[in-house]
Amino acid sequence: MTVTELGIPRRLLEFTLDGEAVRAPEGATILDACRASGKDIPTLCEGDTLRPKNACRVCVVEVEGSRTLVPACSRKVEPGMEVRTDTERSRHSRKIVLELLASSVDLSTTPQVAEWIKEYEAKPDRFGPDAARLNEEPRVDNDLYVRDYDKCILCYKCVDACGDQWQNTFAISVAGRGFDARIAVEQDAPLTDSACVYCGNCIEVCPTGALSFKSEFDMRAAGTWDEPAQTETTTICAYCGVGCNLTLHVQDNEIVKVTSPHDNPVTHGNLCIKGRFGYQHVQNRD
Amino acid sequence: MKKRQPKTYTRLTHPLVRDTRDEPFRRASWEEALDRVARGLQRNRDAFGMFACARATNEMNYVAQKFARVVMGTNNVDSCNRTCHAPSVAGLSAAFGSGGGTSSYEEIEHTDVIVMWGSNARFAHPIFFQHVLKGIRNGARMYAVDPRRTSTAEWAESWLGLNVGTDIPLAHAVAREIIHAGLANQAFIERATTGYEEYKKLVEPWTLSLAEKVTGVPARAIKELAHAYARAERAQLCWTLGITEHHNGTDNVRALINLSLLTGQVGRYGAGLQPLRGQNNVQGGGDMGAIPNRLPGFQDILDPDTRLKFESAWDTVIQPHYGLNLTEMFEAMEEGSVRAVYCIGENPAQSEADSDQAVRRMRQLDFLVVQDIFLTKTAELADVILPATAGWAETDGTTTSSERRVQRVRKAVTPPGEAREDIDIMCDIAARLGHDWKYADAEAVWNELRSLSPDHYGMTYDRLEEHQGIQWPCPSTEELEPTYLHSRLWEKDPQRRGMPAPFGIVRHDPPVDLTDEEYPIRLTTGRRLDSYNTGVQSGGFASPLRRGEYVELSPEDAERYGVVVGEEVQVSSRRGAVVAPVWVEPALRPGLAFMTMHFPDEVDTNSLTIEANCPIAGTAEFKASAIRIEKLPVATIVR
Repeated sequence: MTVTELGIPRRLLEFTLDGEAVRAPEGATILDACRASGKDIPTLCEGDTLRPKNACRVCVVEVEGSRTLVPACSRKVEPGMEVRTDTERSRHSRKIVLELLASSVDLSTTPQVAEWIKEYEAKPDRFGPDAARLNEEPRVDNDLYVRDYDKCILCYKCVDACGDQWQNTFAISVAGRGFDARIAVEQDAPLTDSACVYCGNCIEVCPTGALSFKSEFDMRAAGTWDEPAQTETTTICAYCGVGCNLTLHVQDNEIVKVTSPHDNPVTHGNLCIKGRFGYQHVQNRD
Repeated sequence: MKKRQPKTYTRLTHPLVRDTRDEPFRRASWEEALDRVARGLQRNRDAFGMFACARATNEMNYVAQKFARVVMGTNNVDSCNRTCHAPSVAGLSAAFGSGGGTSSYEEIEHTDVIVMWGSNARFAHPIFFQHVLKGIRNGARMYAVDPRRTSTAEWAESWLGLNVGTDIPLAHAVAREIIHAGLANQAFIERATTGYEEYKKLVEPWTLSLAEKVTGVPARAIKELAHAYARAERAQLCWTLGITEHHNGTDNVRALINLSLLTGQVGRYGAGLQPLRGQNNVQGGGDMGAIPNRLPGFQDILDPDTRLKFESAWDTVIQPHYGLNLTEMFEAMEEGSVRAVYCIGENPAQSEADSDQAVRRMRQLDFLVVQDIFLTKTAELADVILPATAGWAETDGTTTSSERRVQRVRKAVTPPGEAREDIDIMCDIAARLGHDWKYADAEAVWNELRSLSPDHYGMTYDRLEEHQGIQWPCPSTEELEPTYLHSRLWEKDPQRRGMPAPFGIVRHDPPVDLTDEEYPIRLTTGRRLDSYNTGVQSGGFASPLRRGEYVELSPEDAERYGVVVGEEVQVSSRRGAVVAPVWVEPALRPGLAFMTMHFPDEVDTNSLTIEANCPIAGTAEFKASAIRIEKLPVATIVR
């Protein structure tokens, strides 16, 4: 009979976090340890269901003996490490990152970013109005998704979710290099001419709203999107027998968005087109 | 090309009634509608059938089967499980005494070999397939057995494109190769199984070369699968309707189970059998007893002690014999021994094989009440239509997934108009028929079920919330069982090992609807990614992938018939004919065509399919019809 591989028991590592002795399980990142001890570190490209990408550098902290600042989202805790999260140098770096991003990209639908800009006293306006990178109209080429390139910070989370980490559809990738880099389908075609299967798993991980559900996009455009008035209820999908957990976002008795809990053992935050978008039949009420 | 959007259904918001079938429906009060239902059922007490709903909650299914058994005094209760995975339940319970899949999704990420047999999970079960992909990325080798080179097969080590309906020859040839290569797990066979000698004789004639002739799969591919499966430390065997929707579906399932018994690939972490269920609660509906041969908790009606337990709990007498299944109920309508049907959330007028026959039979009923969220084609045949809630978003309760995981369903939106919850409606009808049931809420129903089903006893609503669902069996409120079933088969102590698993002695039996000169093409059916069943639900959203119904032909056949993509052709079987546009699909082999049942209002595919039923499970042979393709005369192409 096969013995189930349990792995080596995870040790607790001792290290110093902002002058206090703390312990974290082997394999945890500095970010995990910070969150466990209630410290709020800003993150953008970090995804709880994805491997760290180290793209945005907004979560940097200081580690004793390290020449450069280290990204908390990917650096694993080591015994005896001395980590400082709130030094002048790391605060300055976060401020610059926020200024560069907020001046070149539309972060108006990025959760929490306004608080961070205030906290780190970032002044994105100091680069002037010409800092905006793109100024493109949002792309609406189908009934389910909208792609708003003005909001894209090139964190690559959508590419990873569409690619080998979850969906394995590979509909999108990075096209161009340097300043010309952008996320695109092959030949930068409309989504409807691509390999996209409309699972929405890219939207699920997008940190800025560059990718959004058309339902949300239309309501925002009409000024009716009211997140505080929405309820979130987790239920089970009505289609096949896999049993995906759906979180229904409901506003005025209408389902306006569907997500899935990222810590769910069945979905890990992923859904298919039916689970993500197949709710409309319930509210075809007249 | 013309883009077809399916018919969009709008919600039912108030009860509808009529005095005769010739007149249109008129709006009625709940009071009047329920009185009519009570009268219609009362006068047919001895000839009643209940169609429960594999889409609704466990709680609703529990009350529905209780309604049939206590209020109407019959075991005639069933659901659309009959049209899909009933053979899996029958086959698994014959071998192991329990009708559930033996493994969990997470285990497939940690296995060595994955066999996807008659399953296009990439389309039909996309999130399950993400677990398969994790397994493949962790180093597992996947084999796809399917007549079509599906998008699942694209991820396979090897694709075994067998002829439709030759699953048993292929399985037997795999078994013979395993035995002759000395790879059978003798220790497991001796300890945990019975009937091996007979099985060995049964598969002996199925040499690789004979199997190649019958199945169309090259001998060396069969050999490779046999060796990979038998040599793997852990292997998972998954199947879907490609196995079950045949006139001998249960035999097919047994043939696959045999392979796991031969190699000991069951009852361990990462080694098991996984039928992928097609409706959100088709597992739960059966678990709740909404099937004609089992009481809630999958307990056998023929067992007197079990009956006694339910009889004292429900203060009733339970018929000591099995009821009619869905297929038999339809036959009984023809004979007049089922004259009243209470159909909840099912659409048999479009989902049954040979749909014209199904409609004709339902027209013969004395009384038909349909409880649904839409005015379906089945509802159009009814005497009374009751507007219900959408189980998954408008009620509280639980459903049970393919991996036996019971999970909480929660109410997120308020139902439209006067629509009411299924359980409340059934209780009101029960009251009119002399049974005063009081359930404060879904949890009260669930707790009654827990008190009667040992496998569910440990699953309180609080625990289901805490663990994000719990897999059955869960007899204890303190502990959780392993994620896989039947580890008992590996026990050294015969006492603890329990009943050994018998090999199924099943023989090849080709599809009933034979191809010949007149009907030369084999039609098989299945699902597409963005659509679902009869399309009543999935038609409600605008999918960029949807292109309506097509008859998919291989490039070779398209050339032979001189037809091009989008051209409408007549598709005829021995039962009916439809007109459908052509799609040329390189994943099909010559002689094989593919259609779905997603757009029955435009192309009624099930008027082509054959109602040749599995004698054990009652599932029809949706997967194998013989058809003919004809070009339309030029004049009729212009529509």
